[in-house]
Amino acid sequence: MTLLLLALGAAIGAPARYLVDRAVQARHDSIFPWGTLAVNIAGSLLLGFVAGLPAAGPVSILVGTGFCGALTTYSTFSYETLRLAQEGARFYALANVMASVVAGIGAGAVGLLLAWTVTGR
Amino acid sequence: MTEPAPIDPDVDLHVAAERAELRPSPLPVLAAISAGGVIGTLARYGISVAWPHRPGGFPWSTFVVNVSGCLLIGVLMAVLTERVVTWRLARPFLGVGVLGGYTTFSTYVVDIGRAASAGSAGTALAYLAATLAGAVAAVWAGSALTHQVLR
Repeated sequence: MTLLLLALGAAIGAPARYLVDRAVQARHDSIFPWGTLAVNIAGSLLLGFVAGLPAAGPVSILVGTGFCGALTTYSTFSYETLRLAQEGARFYALANVMASVVAGIGAGAVGLLLAWTVTGR
Repeated sequence: MTEPAPIDPDVDLHVAAERAELRPSPLPVLAAISAGGVIGTLARYGISVAWPHRPGGFPWSTFVVNVSGCLLIGVLMAVLTERVVTWRLARPFLGVGVLGGYTTFSTYVVDIGRAASAGSAGTALAYLAATLAGAVAAVWAGSALTHQVLR
């Protein structure tokens, strides 16, 4: 059952990253990877929320490990950082790292606080 | 005119072939991403179950998953840009799907928060910095070594 929930979450999360990334790029032409930053922040917010729910066993597997895990990515983030540095856009490379880490941690914390507020903890 | 080398390995709309890859039907690309994402996610989960960490401890399994996934995206993108593999679905399946599903940013940031709130601020900071440094070094090494071998 766990593996089925994981697979279902991942089967939706991975193409969702691709489609959101495309949608962001189509509306905002830039070499800065706004699309990946957006999915990583959104996924961190959602995982923080799931992590703050009490006893969220199957939900945590489906939405957390499966969907959020596949929606967010470290490989894309680090490859983009390397490519920006190679293209001479060192400021963008550094900004990508700083923005991803700071906004990601912030989003995770906000998600956690939201879950605690909703569940009255 | 040569195509610009992509910045975003998932999809970069500056590359004409990637801009057009959902036509005539988006199904092959999306199905490849989906299938790859399931494989990568199951691998990440398997490693996390085999190698659990105590609350406030260093999340070794996610660290190893993220750094190894970064090494592999460096290798894969070099193989694809050198045109060694021309299978149309190689990037969607292996890069967007398998490696995107295998690595995770959300678990990384939530584990940093968990370690910090468990009173292990030092572990949280060490994990934050070690993953960043390891990931960037790994993607660079994977890319540089593969380009060198293939040229």
